[in-house]
Amino acid sequence: MVQELRNVDEIIDKYQCDKSALIQILLEIQDKKHWLPKHALMWISERLKVPMIQILHIASFYKAFSLEPRGEHLVRVCLGTACHVRGGQRVLEVAERVLGIKAGETTRDLKFTLESVNCLGCCALGPVIVVDDEYHGKVAPSKVGDILASYTR
Amino acid sequence: MKKLKSSSDLENLRKEILSKRDPKKMCITLCSGTGCRAYASEKVNIAFQDEIKKQKLGKEVDIRRTGCHGFCEKGPIVVIYPEEICYLQVKPEDVFDILSQTIKEGKIIERLLYTNPGTGEKIIHESEIPFYKNQKRLVFGNNRKIDPKSIDDYIALNGYTALSKALLELTPEQVIEEVKKANLRGRGGGGFPTGRKWETTRNAPAAPKYVIVNCDEGDPGAYMDRSLMEGNPHSVLEGLVIGAYAIGSHEGFIYVRQEYPLAVENTEIAIKQAEEYGFLGEDILGSGFNFKVKIHRGAGAFVSGESSALVSAIEGKVGEPKPKYIHTAVKGLWNKPTCLNNVETWANVPLIINNGADWYRSMGTEGSKGTKIFSLVGKVNNTGLVEVPMGMTLRSIIYDIGGGIPNGKKFKAIQTGGPSGGCIPEQFLDLPIDFDELTKVGSMMGSGGMIVMDGDTCMVDIARYFTNFLADESCGKCIPCREGLRHMLKILNNITGGKATEEDIKRLEDLTEVVRDGSLCALGGTAPNPVISTLKYFRDEYEAHIKEKRCPALVCKELIIYYIDPEKCQACGLCVKNCPTGAIYGKKKIVHIINQEKCIKCGTCFDVCPDKFSAVLRLSGEPAPPDVPRETRIKSKERR
Repeated sequence: MVQELRNVDEIIDKYQCDKSALIQILLEIQDKKHWLPKHALMWISERLKVPMIQILHIASFYKAFSLEPRGEHLVRVCLGTACHVRGGQRVLEVAERVLGIKAGETTRDLKFTLESVNCLGCCALGPVIVVDDEYHGKVAPSKVGDILASYTR
Repeated sequence: MKKLKSSSDLENLRKEILSKRDPKKMCITLCSGTGCRAYASEKVNIAFQDEIKKQKLGKEVDIRRTGCHGFCEKGPIVVIYPEEICYLQVKPEDVFDILSQTIKEGKIIERLLYTNPGTGEKIIHESEIPFYKNQKRLVFGNNRKIDPKSIDDYIALNGYTALSKALLELTPEQVIEEVKKANLRGRGGGGFPTGRKWETTRNAPAAPKYVIVNCDEGDPGAYMDRSLMEGNPHSVLEGLVIGAYAIGSHEGFIYVRQEYPLAVENTEIAIKQAEEYGFLGEDILGSGFNFKVKIHRGAGAFVSGESSALVSAIEGKVGEPKPKYIHTAVKGLWNKPTCLNNVETWANVPLIINNGADWYRSMGTEGSKGTKIFSLVGKVNNTGLVEVPMGMTLRSIIYDIGGGIPNGKKFKAIQTGGPSGGCIPEQFLDLPIDFDELTKVGSMMGSGGMIVMDGDTCMVDIARYFTNFLADESCGKCIPCREGLRHMLKILNNITGGKATEEDIKRLEDLTEVVRDGSLCALGGTAPNPVISTLKYFRDEYEAHIKEKRCPALVCKELIIYYIDPEKCQACGLCVKNCPTGAIYGKKKIVHIINQEKCIKCGTCFDVCPDKFSAVLRLSGEPAPPDVPRETRIKSKERR
C-alpha cells in the first residue's frame, strides 16, 4: 500500500498538487489501477485539501470511474444510435449471457467487466464491441462468444 | 528547432520542407483513424513497412499514416499519390501486390478498386468515387493528406499561414469583423453566430479571458469532431490561437471526451510541436502575443458537453450545468469571460482568415454559410463522414453520397441532431439542410449526426432509445429533467412492451411539454424532441403498439414471436445448434419447431437461418400458428 500511495503521490506531484486537476488525477489512477481504491482517494483528499465528499461525488458522477475493483478485461458494447439500429442491444444481451453478468458488473473471477457505452465514434462498424483497446466491428450476436473466448486463453 | 519569429520565417520553413520532398515520388497514404484501426489498418501498416524493406523500395516510395478519410464503410483505405489511386478494404495480404504491381510496375489492381454498385464500373481515383465527388471537403479534406503527428505535413499545405496573417497583419477587431462578416455559426449545434460570441467575450470587462475547444461530442452516432481532432489537430489549434488573439485571451483548454484516447494522443503531440515552432507560447511568430493551451480529459458524462457543465468539469468539479442568467462568454471558467466553441467551428477559422469572408459567404444558404460535416450512419450503403455545402438536400446526401439504403429497402426516416434532434420522415427528403430548415421540421442540426432508418426500424423504439439515453445521462440537478424523463421512459417502455393504454399518449405529450419548458439546460430542454417528432410523423406506429399490441417494424421484443414455417424449413439443424436456450426442437429431416415458452426472442434462429430458406419468421400482433403434428414433420423427398 505504501508503494501504491507513492505512485499516487507521483501523479499528484505531476499536476503540482493543483485542485482543479482533481479529475485528471483520478483518471490517471483509474487508468493504472482500473478502479479507485479508498485509501488512494483519502490521500488525494488530504493532499489537495479537497473534502472527501466532493471526491466521492465526482467519482460516482462520471462514468469513467469505478469505486469497486474491475476485471482484467473491460468489455464495452456500443449502444450508440448507429449500433442500436443495427442490433447492438442484442449483442449486449448475448454478451451478458455468455459472461453470466449484467452490464456494469464484473465476473467473479475478476476476468471481465462488462459495460455498455453510448457511442464510441466508429459508427460505420456497428455493432461494435471494444475489449480493452481492441475494436471488433460488425459483430453478429452469434460471434460474441468467440470474441470473448479469445481473451480467456 | 528554432522558434519562428516572422511570417518570412514561416514561409522559409515551408519552402525548406517542400524542397526536401519530391512531388513525383510515390506516397502511399494509409487511413489510420479509429474506424480504419478497428478494421486492422495497423496490421496493414506493419505489412507495408516490412514489405517495403524486403522489396527494397524505400527510395521509390514513402508511406504516410493519415487521419480519417471519411469513407469508413470501406476501410482500411489506401490512396497512392501522385496519381491518387484509391484502394479500399485493403488487407495485409494485399500489400505484396500493391508494392510489386502498382508501385513497381504502375499496374492497377482491379479487385481493390471501388465498384459502382449500380453499373459495376470500377473507379480508380479517389475524387471520382461518387461518395467523394459530391462533397466539398474544405475543413475535412486535409485529413487525408497529412500525418496528424507531423506538423511539417500541415505546414507544407500552407498551415499556420492564417495565424501569421491574423497576428501580423490584422488587429483583433479586424479578425472578429471578418468572422462576423463570414457569418460563421457554431457547429456544435446551437448555430450561434461565432463572431458575436467572440465579441461578447472580448468586450466583457473582466480579465483574464479563456478560450475552450469543446471536443466532448457525446451524441451517439456523431464522430466528426473526433475525426478532425485525431486527423488534423493543427487546424483546430490554429483556429484557437487566432480566436484567442481576437478575444484577448492568453490561456485555453481543449476538452476531450474520455472515449477518444487517440484524439488526446495526437493533440498532445500537436501542442508540443506547435510550441517548438513558436505557434504557441511567448511572442508567437514575433507578434508579441502570448498564448498557452492545456488538454483536459473528460471522464464520461454526456451533459459535460453543455457549456456551463463543461466549464465546471475543467474547474475540477462535477460537470453539472448552471442556470444561464449570465452567459459563459461573460462569466465562465472561474467566473471569467470564456469563449467556448466546438472543434469544427475552430477549424473553420483559418479558412475564413486565409480566403476571406466573401469567399466563405459564397457557399451555403442565406442563413447558414460554408460547409458542414455530417456523420452519415445507420441503414445507408456508404457509411461515413461527409462534408457538404449548407443547403444540400437530404436526398442528395442519402442517395448521391450515401448510395441509398442497403438491400434495396425503403427509406423510412432520418434522425438528425442526436438525442436533442428529431426524426424526419420521407416527405421532407428534399429539404435543403441548414440550421433553420431543420428546426422548422422539428429536428435540429446538432453536431451533425444523421442516422438513416429503413422499414426495419421501429420509431417508438427509437424514441424510447433516446429517452432512455437521456434519462440515463440526466445529471439529476433539476426535477423536470430528472423525473420527467424517467416517467416518459416508463410510458415508452409500456408502449413497446404492449402494456400501455390510449391515455398514455396524452400523458406522454403532457410530459414532453413540462420537460421541454421546465428544464434548466439544453439537455432537458431538447430531450423530448425525439418523442415529439415521432409522435408527429409516426403516430400510427404508436397506435399499433397500443391498440393492436403489434410492432409494425417487428422490433419490439415483447410484441413479436419467432415461428418456423414448416413448409420452408429444410431441417438443416442450424437454428437448433445455435439456440441459446434449447427452445427449438427437431432433428435432421424433421422440421423444427420453437417452444414459445422457452424462447427468449434473441433472434439467433432468424439470423442463422440461410437466406435461401428464410424459414424463420417474425410475427407480431398474431399468435403463433399451432405446431404441425409430428408425423407430418418428417422431411422426405416424396413430400416435396
